[in-house]
Amino acid sequence: MAKNKNKVLTSGVERFNRVSLPTNILFSLVFILLALLTVIPLIFVIIVSFSSAESVRKIGYSFVPLEWSLSAYRYLFDLRQVVGRSFLVSIGTTVVGTIIGLFLNSTMGYVLSRRSFALRKHFTLLIFIPMLFSGGLVSTYLINTQVLKLGNTYWALILPIAVSSFYIIVLRTFFQTTIPDSLVESAQIDGASQLTIYSKIVMPISLPALATIGLFLTFGYWNSWFPAMLYIQSSHQHMYPLQYVLMSIEKSIQFLTDNAQFLITQEALRSIPQESIRMALVVIVVLPIACSYPFFQKYFISGLTIGAVKG
Amino acid sequence: MKSKSRFTRNDAELVLISLPTVIWYVLFTYLPMFGIVIAFKNFRPLPRASFITSLIKSDWVGIQNFKFLFATPDAWIMMRNTLAYNAVFIVLGIIVPVTLAIMISQLYSQRLAKVCQTAMFLPHFLSWVVVSYFLFAFLSTDKGLINRTIQSLGKDLITWYAEPKYWPYILVLLNMWKTVGYGMVVYLAGISGIDQSLYEAAIIDGATKLQQVRHITVPMLRPIMIIMFILSVGRIFSTDFGLFYNIPRNSGAIIGVTQTVDVYVYKALMSMNNIGFSSSAAFLQSILGFITITTANLIVRKIDPESSLF
Repeated sequence: MAKNKNKVLTSGVERFNRVSLPTNILFSLVFILLALLTVIPLIFVIIVSFSSAESVRKIGYSFVPLEWSLSAYRYLFDLRQVVGRSFLVSIGTTVVGTIIGLFLNSTMGYVLSRRSFALRKHFTLLIFIPMLFSGGLVSTYLINTQVLKLGNTYWALILPIAVSSFYIIVLRTFFQTTIPDSLVESAQIDGASQLTIYSKIVMPISLPALATIGLFLTFGYWNSWFPAMLYIQSSHQHMYPLQYVLMSIEKSIQFLTDNAQFLITQEALRSIPQESIRMALVVIVVLPIACSYPFFQKYFISGLTIGAVKG
Repeated sequence: MKSKSRFTRNDAELVLISLPTVIWYVLFTYLPMFGIVIAFKNFRPLPRASFITSLIKSDWVGIQNFKFLFATPDAWIMMRNTLAYNAVFIVLGIIVPVTLAIMISQLYSQRLAKVCQTAMFLPHFLSWVVVSYFLFAFLSTDKGLINRTIQSLGKDLITWYAEPKYWPYILVLLNMWKTVGYGMVVYLAGISGIDQSLYEAAIIDGATKLQQVRHITVPMLRPIMIIMFILSVGRIFSTDFGLFYNIPRNSGAIIGVTQTVDVYVYKALMSMNNIGFSSSAAFLQSILGFITITTANLIVRKIDPESSLF
């Protein structure tokens, strides 16, 4: 990052100007402590998910269980028809939502980045007003279910959160600074339409910005549970994404076992390690994120930084 | 340049490209804005009529829904909770990340700074659903780590999810836990953008580290702080639904300190099925939010035009 460059340039000054050694040690300890505070709960939940039902019953959730066990994961695997289904719902809405979201946000971002566009002011206002004023939950819910008929459809999990004025502004700012008007004009002289320019020229050279917004969308969809809670009724549990299965776990474990009775025996049903199953589901939901975000972090930061430029 | 009043083929193509997004905005943001009038109606879904027809045909009742809402104690409690939590979040949400960002930028070891910052960014990527289980592992009455520890010390167990007095602290701490990493990223980007020559000049003048922070770093971060401030003040009537709904696990005993407007609107709509209550609370939230964000921006624009949001 930029800091490293500064270090090379001003290493003398920096050495002279840095905080005292005791302060550095104190600050380091503070940050090590804070970092542990964020990571330890995750580690704790992973440990619980590998604890045996017996251990949880005897000593509760503990960093050092009496006995390690894979049984929670084995049960989830036995229930794969049901758990696997909501895993697919999560993956499906994430992939489709990210693609649709990228399309909707980037087209508007591109159009707003063209200074010659006659309706630029109007369209900017169009995306700006919803940032200040919204119809609120009740009216949104009634419109989505009664007028748009989204209740109990996968679209309800995808469409309401596909577009964000913040994403559009980030993309607009990016297009404005990387795609000069002269490039668009010369393509037009060669007979290209705006649609061709958008898809053949703008998209390929904007991959970094698209990656950033794509990541925002991917993490957003993977973590989303609110649309499922609002729009998918309990009569359609097979449409629940993982996050919502986790949220309604008490009901869900019932549902999972009801649907799995033909898969496992009654006797096995009684000994289900409910506590560990919950935590195992948490681990399944979190691990993809926890393992991948350190690598994607820089795209997030660049998106946040572009978004902070006002305009 | 072509004149602005002429609508060219180029403009038509651009409208065409953005048409799907325009339609999205109309359906998912503007339609609900008009639907907000439902708060002034005695809404009854008519049999065999579309929602819009029912809405138009149902009677205007003026502010009757609001009167009924504020006749219940719930209304005042949720308003108090929403405003009080947000006031604390706004103050801590600026002071803590700025302080930590300045501190972490001073560490000798860049690698330690990077690792700690990455770890502290983790909660931002987790949903409140997941975080509620993290907390449950510690606070569960019979199996939680804290109660098991208390038990082994021979003291009385605490039924965490039924004791209102702990929850203001739990919710504030958890909110900081989840958002501070994000705030640090924003302010660190600001710090790395500060012109180093300012510090060099200060050193020559003999400024101490603390003086440099006070007279250079903080003033240079002020525009970002103001923007973050306007944005959070604009949302002072809204709360993070997941924090106030999932984290207390919907426990009835602690509702007095955990129920905010968003949670109330959701419950009034989905469990109580009371459209009058929920729509009037949602209406107040929208209107008051709009008024606060424009007012905050107006005040900032008066004092410091450069920093205002719009």
